[in-house]
Amino acid sequence: MNDIGLFHFLFVSCALFFIGVYGFLTRRNLITMLMSVELILNSVNINFIAFNKFLYADKLDGLFFTIFIITIAAAEASVAIAIIINLYRNHKTIDVEETDVMKF
Amino acid sequence: MSPSTIIFYLLAAVIIGGALMAVTSLKIFRSAVFLLFSLIGIAGLYFYLDYEFIAAVQVIVYVGGIVVLIIFSIFLTHGSGEDMKRPHWIRAVYSALAAAFGCILTMFYISQYTFTTSGKPAVEPSAGNIGAQMLSTTGHGYILPFEVVSMLLLAAMIGCIVIAIKVKIPPHELLAEKTDNDSMEMTEPILANTQTEI
Repeated sequence: MNDIGLFHFLFVSCALFFIGVYGFLTRRNLITMLMSVELILNSVNINFIAFNKFLYADKLDGLFFTIFIITIAAAEASVAIAIIINLYRNHKTIDVEETDVMKF
Repeated sequence: MSPSTIIFYLLAAVIIGGALMAVTSLKIFRSAVFLLFSLIGIAGLYFYLDYEFIAAVQVIVYVGGIVVLIIFSIFLTHGSGEDMKRPHWIRAVYSALAAAFGCILTMFYISQYTFTTSGKPAVEPSAGNIGAQMLSTTGHGYILPFEVVSMLLLAAMIGCIVIAIKVKIPPHELLAEKTDNDSMEMTEPILANTQTEI
């Protein structure tokens, strides 16, 4: 634990965040876009945990933020998948280029 | 290199490699499995930092919940084994450039910054301490966000059921029948409604 510091964790989370951004920009499929969003949320969680561990070890606040982010990510994923399945039932596709009923 | 350094770099390689494969693989099921590996690597990172409770939550909620949900939805919406469309190369190049530029810029600013620690003695992140502070109403307790999040989960659960439930008549057909009824002479609307329900 001596040579692995805060910066290593921040670099990992930064790389993970931008991988998620790349996936969100290139993917045209709703489920894979949702997976990219999960990657982005997880990078934020790594940031919170690393800050809590290395900078403010006397408190537990970063840990609580992580717990709430995980909870809200679970709710978000379930609602998003319900919407995706309903969309697939009505349109037979989940490609974002083809689901343009509400577009004028 | 000490063993803990090697373990950290292994975990980082699993996380970054899994994430890269998850966003670039053309088979959606493989993409979900690589996401699973990436999430397990993140749980390992929490174990590495001695936050066992968060690591357990990560494994239970993400690996056991969200990824399984994603795999179920893949099975419900995709034929097996067909490739996804490759992204257009101009879009892929510009996205990669934007992500790489942002990543390098952020890493540069992080490496320039000097963090100051609080320097106070550490609190044990055990489940007992976490539970005591989360349910405490005094000081820095988190009872209000806890309750709000529980209401959010309830709302999300009911919302999922309402959204994904199978209605007898699909909405566009219902709409078409309504417009048909409107175009008909408006003599017996009640009878028309009962007919659509049957």
